[in-house]
Amino acid sequence: MSRENNTVEPSYLDYKGKYKGIFSWILSTDHKRIAILYLFSLLAFFATGATLGLLMKLELIAPGKTIMTAQTYNAFFTLHGIIMIFAVVIPGLPAVFGNFLLPIMIGAKDVAFPRLNLLSWYFYVAGVTLVLISQFTGQGPPDTGWTFYAPYSFRTTGNMLPAVFGAFVLGFSSILTGLNFLVTIHRMRAPGMTWLKMPLFPWTLYATGWVQLLATPIIGITLLMIIAERTLHIGFFDPTLGGDPLLYQHLFWTYSHPAVYIMILPAMGAISEIIPTFCHKTIFGYKFIVASSIAIAFVGYFIWGHHMFTSGMSGTALYTFSLLTFLVAIPSAIKVFNWIATMYKGSIDLQTPFYWALGFLFVFMIGGFTGLILGSLATDIHLHNTHFVVSHFHFIVFGGTGFAFFGAMHYWYPKITGKMYDTRWANTGLIIFFAGFITLYGEMIFLGMKGMPRRYYDYDEVFHTGNIFSSLGAIVMYFGLAVIIINLIASLRNGAKAPSDPWGGKTLEWTIPSPPPVENFDEIPVITKGPYNYK
Amino acid sequence: MENEKNHIIPYKTFLYVLAGLIALTLTSVTLTQISLGAMTVTIALIIAAVKSSFVLSIFMHLKFENKMFSRAVIGVILLLSAVIAITLLDYLNR
Amino acid sequence: MNTILVTHRDDLASKTGMWLFLFTEMLLFGGLFIVYSVYRYRNPIAFHQAAHELSIIIGTINTIILLISSTTIAMSITAIQKKNKKLALLLLGTTILLGLAFLVNKYFEWGEHFKEHIYPGSAVLASRGHGDVLFYGLYFFMTGLHALHIIIGLIFILVVAVSIFREKINPENYVLLENSGLYWHLVDLIWIFLFPLFYLIT
Repeated sequence: MSRENNTVEPSYLDYKGKYKGIFSWILSTDHKRIAILYLFSLLAFFATGATLGLLMKLELIAPGKTIMTAQTYNAFFTLHGIIMIFAVVIPGLPAVFGNFLLPIMIGAKDVAFPRLNLLSWYFYVAGVTLVLISQFTGQGPPDTGWTFYAPYSFRTTGNMLPAVFGAFVLGFSSILTGLNFLVTIHRMRAPGMTWLKMPLFPWTLYATGWVQLLATPIIGITLLMIIAERTLHIGFFDPTLGGDPLLYQHLFWTYSHPAVYIMILPAMGAISEIIPTFCHKTIFGYKFIVASSIAIAFVGYFIWGHHMFTSGMSGTALYTFSLLTFLVAIPSAIKVFNWIATMYKGSIDLQTPFYWALGFLFVFMIGGFTGLILGSLATDIHLHNTHFVVSHFHFIVFGGTGFAFFGAMHYWYPKITGKMYDTRWANTGLIIFFAGFITLYGEMIFLGMKGMPRRYYDYDEVFHTGNIFSSLGAIVMYFGLAVIIINLIASLRNGAKAPSDPWGGKTLEWTIPSPPPVENFDEIPVITKGPYNYK
Repeated sequence: MENEKNHIIPYKTFLYVLAGLIALTLTSVTLTQISLGAMTVTIALIIAAVKSSFVLSIFMHLKFENKMFSRAVIGVILLLSAVIAITLLDYLNR
Repeated sequence: MNTILVTHRDDLASKTGMWLFLFTEMLLFGGLFIVYSVYRYRNPIAFHQAAHELSIIIGTINTIILLISSTTIAMSITAIQKKNKKLALLLLGTTILLGLAFLVNKYFEWGEHFKEHIYPGSAVLASRGHGDVLFYGLYFFMTGLHALHIIIGLIFILVVAVSIFREKINPENYVLLENSGLYWHLVDLIWIFLFPLFYLIT
């Protein structure tokens, strides 16, 4: 490569390739540029999903019809679910931060299959486009919820086919990303980086990769069956043709439960990076964290039935799934203990990413405890169809994955953009967001315990006060999110130049300039020590 | 990165394996013509499993590749069996 | 801008990638096998009787066709390793022809069912009861999806054959041929299970 200014390798942001302008992004096979493509598309979808969520909470601020009809509410929670699950939290950390950092953290120049990587972004965008098309064509938007439960999904007149096929395409994108990461980790670690010298974020991506690879095909085929059912009347899940709707739920959750671990594992990985960096201390129990990631991925595959406790499974299946569900809490708890033990006697540097990590620990534990309550058969029967479940789910997925996503965003922002952000605004945004979050979802726990059913646009007058709190919380949270994102965007322009290692991190990404050069490393590093080597 | 030397399998081996596979297929078909009651399906599936192990180890070179591949294949098969077993746990006990 | 980034070649990585992809295919069909086992357990007699209507002869012939085609593509790898381009192409050509023969058989087999008004959604099939509806629903869906994989495999092999002809695939670099072989064997493997489950449960 001959350039005038040959002394310094150009950063991936400045590099001039074959294509100009927008094409230098959407035709790029550089893992860093693909990560940015994911980041911006993902933020756009996140904004859409969050706005739908806010509108739903506004509807619930008073009983009866407030701003939308029941049918609109159904369409909104369906679209909110599909977008947030399939297009935001599942690809979230792997596709954005995994793409950007995995090759750098293991000392490689790119992922194993760069063109496949770009292809999976195209699948991602195509999938979301199909989902959005379903909203505006045919006989009205889908209204089944993101779970597409049979037999409603093939009886409703809503425009299901593009939405279901869109989810299928999104699954394909996720499989390709997972496959790519697995091969990358197997084949492209820097010399000397043995499995147990690999940082924890790549480790969780590895565990996630297997789940993406081995669970997603099940939902792929299930969605194809729904399509066949609607178009060809095959009768897989239609009770009038001898099918069993419960079998749909089995298959659906065989994927969608492990999918929760696709969401949470990389989040745990990001937290495992942030905590040692800001404690300036080696992570406590590295091997246990690695083993618990694998254990979560493995056990997580066999506990799907706890989504079906009230669906009418056999007693034996109920007990088994309940027992296995409790088992999965063990490795999750191991991680939490290890993170806290890492902080013990560390020299803690209170920066924004660390606050996010603390927030993560807090909300993740609430999510975990409410999960144990739902994992017990008797309590689940009371709580299953109430807002308690909605709250538990958001504490885990928004609280867990979402907090880790923003934590990672603030942690790696200097590396990705080459700029520092405004810490004061970042912390202010976090405080507003956190206050809104706790009010919104915390209140929902109590509403659920009192018996407020989920999936309705209306409710009994008894729940009114709680819902006012909860909806106000939603407004505050939405405002906090806006502050956080606007601050990050404004810092692109106004931020000070970031040094290569602003936080004193020890993993490989901090050894190269910010933003990283096109080829990441001038010379592939040789690894001799473990990843968190603080003296 | 250097690509390690590949194992060359002689043509003959493939033809032997093919003969074996066809023989197994015909056995399987013949056995189902004789009524074996509940055993029919079990036997047919055992034969299918034997056939697939031939295809996997010889045709798909698993016998000659890095052990990692065979381990992964076994893992995936076990995983799928476990999922089927757990699903049936519900249906067999309803 | 990828030219400078991808300079090295790693055959083991491509093969690993292919195997991982095959795992997803296994689980794709695995989902259908779950459905099959559940419905067979619930409708044993209907499945048993419906299976009688499938032609064991066509099924057996198709099984053998696929087994031979798997052998020929496996042998073509040996041929290319021994630098015998002509034989490799001949063997791949045979594989493609056998794959087409499989599809032709399938066409006639399905045609027979359609003549008897046995297809998903037909009134005749619906009148025969739930077990039959499920059996034929699964039969058409699983063999249909399998046939789709045959078609994809044939296109893949055709591309590989053209690359061998142009010497893009050569005795030094034939991992793509190996990968197409792996895919084709997987299609064969799935059929090895579909065959007894639909044709031999009489």
